[in-house]
Amino acid sequence: MGETVQDKIIAIIAEQAVLEPSDVSLDNSLDDLGIDSLGLVESIFAIEEAFDIQVPFNANEPEASEFDISSVAAIVKAVEGLVAEQKV
Amino acid sequence: MITGQGTINALGHDIPTTLEAFREGRCGIGPLELRDVDRLSVRIGGQVKDYDPEALFNRQQIALYDRFTQFTLIATKQALDGCGLDFSGALATRSGVVFGTAGGGVNTWDENYRSVYEEGKNRVHPFVVPKLMNNAAASHVSMEYNLKGPSFSVATACASSNHAMGQAFNLIRCGMADVMVTGGSEAMLSFGGVKAWEGLRVMSKDACRPFSANRNGMVQGEGAAVFLFEEYDHARARGANILAEVVGFAMTSDAADIVMPSQQGAARAITGALTDGGLNPEDVCYINAHGTGTAANDKVECAAVAHAFGHHADDLMISSTKSMHGHLIGGTGAVELLACIMALKDGVIAPTIGYEEADPECALDVVPNEAREAKVDACLSNAFAFGGLNAVLALRAAP
Repeated sequence: MGETVQDKIIAIIAEQAVLEPSDVSLDNSLDDLGIDSLGLVESIFAIEEAFDIQVPFNANEPEASEFDISSVAAIVKAVEGLVAEQKV
Repeated sequence: MITGQGTINALGHDIPTTLEAFREGRCGIGPLELRDVDRLSVRIGGQVKDYDPEALFNRQQIALYDRFTQFTLIATKQALDGCGLDFSGALATRSGVVFGTAGGGVNTWDENYRSVYEEGKNRVHPFVVPKLMNNAAASHVSMEYNLKGPSFSVATACASSNHAMGQAFNLIRCGMADVMVTGGSEAMLSFGGVKAWEGLRVMSKDACRPFSANRNGMVQGEGAAVFLFEEYDHARARGANILAEVVGFAMTSDAADIVMPSQQGAARAITGALTDGGLNPEDVCYINAHGTGTAANDKVECAAVAHAFGHHADDLMISSTKSMHGHLIGGTGAVELLACIMALKDGVIAPTIGYEEADPECALDVVPNEAREAKVDACLSNAFAFGGLNAVLALRAAP
């Protein structure tokens, strides 16, 4: 299982956007990829399941959440942080 | 005509206590008391507290009545006791029941799934199906009071009660019934019921603050409200105490998104209810809002009201009592109709509590935090459901 956090997240987001992983780039926003609010909530659920972590996210105040969803790269960074933090 | 009302909800187990809470702006939302609450991330709700079913129902009844049916029967008893109607003979066949509920017997589903999946049991109680079905409450009320006319249940998520009461209104208006027992009930505050909502990530973990800039989601409630709708001449002939008059009803579908509300769909329902009730926008002084406290609903609802009412939107009052009793999902429109009747009958507007910061996207008079006195001749009650199904009722003060 040599898959990195980044590979896994790109796979999750690509599946949500109905794209090939190769079509998802790190500087894309979810909006760029055509993922709406429901798709976002579903992606976060998939991320929580894949990494066995809790993602602090309330759809009512996405900006207020500590979980940065502004781009694919930001999500990867945030998940890496949560994985390290919640490993214990 | 509305000639009877009853309720049980987080604010009180009857009408006087609930209306007093509306007047005082009291909050019925608090820590949830239910099994496995430590496995929930949302732990608040508008729960019916100090509730003892054994004191109200016998063992056989409890075996058959899910919590949502119990709530319905309690509210119905208040609405019908002392109403002076004898449901026998011809009146029985001219009287029916329509109730809204989104989930029906959620606690029954939950308890029995737990028993077969978690506890590994291979046998369930024989009454599981009649207990959990959405029409159980309507059926038990029809049996208890001998109501033999048109009777059914309506499930349109958060608009269920408004759709149900609209059907009751239409059945009387088109001559299919003289008396309808109507309203709605919900008892979704079980582990599974709350867990399901948690998944959508639209729930607040601290409070329901409709229209406030710092709102962060909805809070679930539970309970029921039941009304007696009666044809005008029928009510007049027997000298019934008329609480208010239902004058209009409209329903629309957004046909757009399964969860996101549409300004256009909501505005069409509001305008439709006005037109159906023969009301001019200027006649309406108060709207009981859907006002869930989510980012999406509240701004879309305010935009819809502004669009439907034009400049008059700035002169009317709009409040969300969900801030006090929580969102009763399929039962919510029924409990909220109590606030409409209070406005028309007593001249008291229930407030939107928990209001802390003005939101430019909700720039209407939301009656923040304190009830207000006002003479109200006509009002609306909004309900906009997931699935884009909207139902708005228009009411007038008793003639």
